[in-house]
Amino acid sequence: MVTPIYERFRDSIRAEIPVALATLIEGPNLGAKLLVEESGFSLGSLGGEELDRVVERDAIAMLEAGTSEVRHYGSHGEARQHDLSVFIECHSRRPHLVIFGAVDFTRALASQGKLLGFRVTVCDAREVFATRRRFPMADEVVVDWPDRLLARIGNDLGPRDAVCVLTHDAKFDVPAIMGSLPTRVGYLGAMGSRQTHEKRLERLLEEGVTAEELKRVKSPIGLDIGGRTPEETAVSIVAEIIALRTGRNAPSLSEAKGSIH
Amino acid sequence: MDEIFDDIERWLTKGQKVAVARVVDIEGSGPRDPGAAMAVNEVGEVAGSVSGGCVEGAVVGEAIELLEGRRTAGITTFGYSDDEAFAVGLTCGGTIHLFIEELNW
Repeated sequence: MVTPIYERFRDSIRAEIPVALATLIEGPNLGAKLLVEESGFSLGSLGGEELDRVVERDAIAMLEAGTSEVRHYGSHGEARQHDLSVFIECHSRRPHLVIFGAVDFTRALASQGKLLGFRVTVCDAREVFATRRRFPMADEVVVDWPDRLLARIGNDLGPRDAVCVLTHDAKFDVPAIMGSLPTRVGYLGAMGSRQTHEKRLERLLEEGVTAEELKRVKSPIGLDIGGRTPEETAVSIVAEIIALRTGRNAPSLSEAKGSIH
Repeated sequence: MDEIFDDIERWLTKGQKVAVARVVDIEGSGPRDPGAAMAVNEVGEVAGSVSGGCVEGAVVGEAIELLEGRRTAGITTFGYSDDEAFAVGLTCGGTIHLFIEELNW
């Protein structure tokens, strides 16, 4: 027989509602469960009010970071004690990949993003290009200006999310980058040759963005793997997103000097 | 766990008992991160995985023992060392800690 905890856990995961499940894996009440959601809703107990309160707080923080791990506590939830081990399994919301520019490279990048578990949004102001037919793999295709989309969703972007600017046109690139800089987005990349990027930087500086802020922009976009086709370029971009998240020292095109292909 | 719910539902509907094994910790290189889960029903059918295929066979054995009452819920560790080179282990040299329990929660 399963209980309402399992049913809620299953239903939340299927509905993509972030949920954490804490299981007591060492100590008394072995197997006890506490389900926690971002809103603070909880179900079940690990065996004590104080312990539950501490684990709830930790689980909500872990949901934000998207990690699952074992935490140790005293029997009343004290930190730095080791009476109990609790496995906190987190199912966070999918990271969000926002791609500006409905170009050929976008199709390949959207597919790569889906492969890696991102929720993918494609945005372009030109309605002949930004169509469902051209991007069936995307979760949403938005016909709008980059700054307007970012005004709506910018607050929700966080360290696990990514913005890729593939428009190749200063008219769209500049508002997309300016709209992304104030957000907490983890990865911000912009496509273009070194020459294109130099010109784009000048435009952005003229608009009042500081050189310090612009260090966040990865351009030319992607890792230095000699990618040429849209598909190869997409691999180099998602690889750079992964390397930034894991903190690994992979060679970015933006750090290198020579030709990008 | 999302990929194993369909199988779990099917087994529960048939009135079968289900054991769940989840990766809770890894040391060194391990193929699956904490949270990877596998479910086993009382006739030994499997959904999901907890490694690259190295320890799944042994987990089925542990799960059946649990469902038959011959072991209790708890942590089971699989690792690699020279003196147990022919025992169940991870070819990658890592160690994984699994929590195995019956799905009765």
